[in-house]
Amino acid sequence: MRARDWATGDVPHSKTFAFLDEGAKKDVRRALLKAVAIPGYQVPYGSREMPLARGWGTGGIQVTLSMLLPEDVVKVIDQGCDGSVNAVNIKKFYGRVGGVGITTDTALATVVQTRHRIPEERMRADQVLVLQVPCPEALREVEPSEAQTRRMHGEADYARMWLHLYEDVVTFGEIRISYRYPCTVNGRFIMDPSPIPRWDVPKLHMADTLFLFGAGRERRIYAVPPHTRVEPLEFDDHRFAVEDFAGKACARCGARDTFLDEVLRPDGTHQFFCSDTGHCDKRMR
Amino acid sequence: MSYVAVKGGREAIERACDLNEYRRSGRSSVPMSLGQIREQLHLGVDRVMGEGGLYAPDHAAQALLQAAGDTFEAAFLLRAHRATLPRLGCSQDGSTAGMRVVRRISSAFKDVPGGQMLGPTSDYTLRLLELDPLEDPVRRQEVLKERLFRDLPGGTEVPDTFPRVVDLLRREGLVEDADGNDDEPFDITRRSMAFPAPRSARLQSLARGETGALLMMAYSSMRGYGHIHPTLAELRVGYVPLLMRHARTGEDFVAGEVLVTEAEVVSRFANAQGEPRFQLGYGMCFGQNEIKAISMGVLDRCLRSGTASCPAEDQEFVLYHSDGIESMGFSNHWKLPHYVDFLSDLDRLRKAKASHAGA
Repeated sequence: MRARDWATGDVPHSKTFAFLDEGAKKDVRRALLKAVAIPGYQVPYGSREMPLARGWGTGGIQVTLSMLLPEDVVKVIDQGCDGSVNAVNIKKFYGRVGGVGITTDTALATVVQTRHRIPEERMRADQVLVLQVPCPEALREVEPSEAQTRRMHGEADYARMWLHLYEDVVTFGEIRISYRYPCTVNGRFIMDPSPIPRWDVPKLHMADTLFLFGAGRERRIYAVPPHTRVEPLEFDDHRFAVEDFAGKACARCGARDTFLDEVLRPDGTHQFFCSDTGHCDKRMR
Repeated sequence: MSYVAVKGGREAIERACDLNEYRRSGRSSVPMSLGQIREQLHLGVDRVMGEGGLYAPDHAAQALLQAAGDTFEAAFLLRAHRATLPRLGCSQDGSTAGMRVVRRISSAFKDVPGGQMLGPTSDYTLRLLELDPLEDPVRRQEVLKERLFRDLPGGTEVPDTFPRVVDLLRREGLVEDADGNDDEPFDITRRSMAFPAPRSARLQSLARGETGALLMMAYSSMRGYGHIHPTLAELRVGYVPLLMRHARTGEDFVAGEVLVTEAEVVSRFANAQGEPRFQLGYGMCFGQNEIKAISMGVLDRCLRSGTASCPAEDQEFVLYHSDGIESMGFSNHWKLPHYVDFLSDLDRLRKAKASHAGA
């Protein structure tokens, strides 16, 4: 695959559908099955190098590619936006190696791949959401060693995580973790929901949709199957709360019930727009 | 309008790719050929092959050209290409005693059987930048050729094998025995490492490691954060045959030759085989990359210390943080938009400030 062609779009299709060789797809699918069977458990797998850099969604890409069918319609978003750099790069790649349909409408997609957001529109049972994960280990916040965090998960030894949150409340009156908010899945594993904002965390709970998480650089895959409990860590007297947009609305579509991006204007004032641009566009139509 | 400004924009991305391509094409200079890169920037090519985990000098030269000399990017191109290739098998064990040696030194003894062979190296050059106008490069090449080969005595026999210094020490019971493990090695490109990692996984991981990262960690151990004061029992650069077993006939055959650098480091004795013996650190990488092979040898020795007493002895610390493709990818990803995350951060800070003010 030559770089020149890469830039202009004349890239020949790879020999196998969806770029990955069949052996690699089988590896990923096996890990996916195990992940679905043990909700929130990080399954190690032999992550392959992709033509996109590590940290740019290679885990999500491998998950998506391993389950794509020619009739699939894919939506890719980055920070909620269909036109942001990472989403554009990945769509460029899929368009050429998969030959699948591409959409910006969540309702029309069979697979949605995302970086750091869950679409505002409630997703259905016949859809899959693939989340790109930079750091799959929620406990990394309190323990740098992988051998140790694996042991802690095995023994459900989560005391240090709870203590960490408690100390935040004591010191700052608030838990400082903003995005990547740790959740308990199915009453068992503490899971990193990927760097989605707190706003999106409740969407994972008892959903109709299958959520698949791919961490390419860290070589882990995990899942939240439909109708699974996903509960953010909270205390009885200090409840989990999403970002506060009280009194604010999208300057474009007027929505008051969506996650808003804050934009600084030259005069120093702030303006707000829907982070989910596909949803915003739909409301404008 | 600000709404558009926060989108990357497909068009802008396409033009950024074009501009990058145009800038590296050499606007006013003659385009470089792969041959020029392979021969005249050969150490760069070697480094890229090692870090890319693929022995393919032409491909590595192409990668280096395409990456405008950035070894991280070039190794990444090679790795991504490698990931699309099927894994055909695993080579047979071989000894480097039969290496077609280009260079071979030992700093453990003044002289060693087979002799010290300096070979091509910048080690003994004066690092004076040649600022004078270059003399005619063709003429210069001829003079060098004449000087190098004129007085070469005819019929000098070059030995077929050079005995390995470590084997000589081992015969005297001074160095631990090889562990004799000939199981198929763990392949980190197909399985995710678990810790403690088997030595084959550690060595494979180090062999693909980024040269600077390995050097930094090995240096920390030699300088103060560790105990490894290595003696270089032997450093070799040369060609080794790649021995494969035929899938149908079951016979071994030589698939080709691979240029490698090999370093064997002895340091600190410990109890092995029931008595005190030197423990060995082993480094080997593609091409001529002596800094990397030595660093790898030191780190292999560090990682064999039972409990980690410094960063360079911690398997996770060393192996998780020495891959150039992973570390550069992740460091670069901070350039991607993070405004959703940052807004969430701002929300937390505003909440905490409000709570602080109210307290």
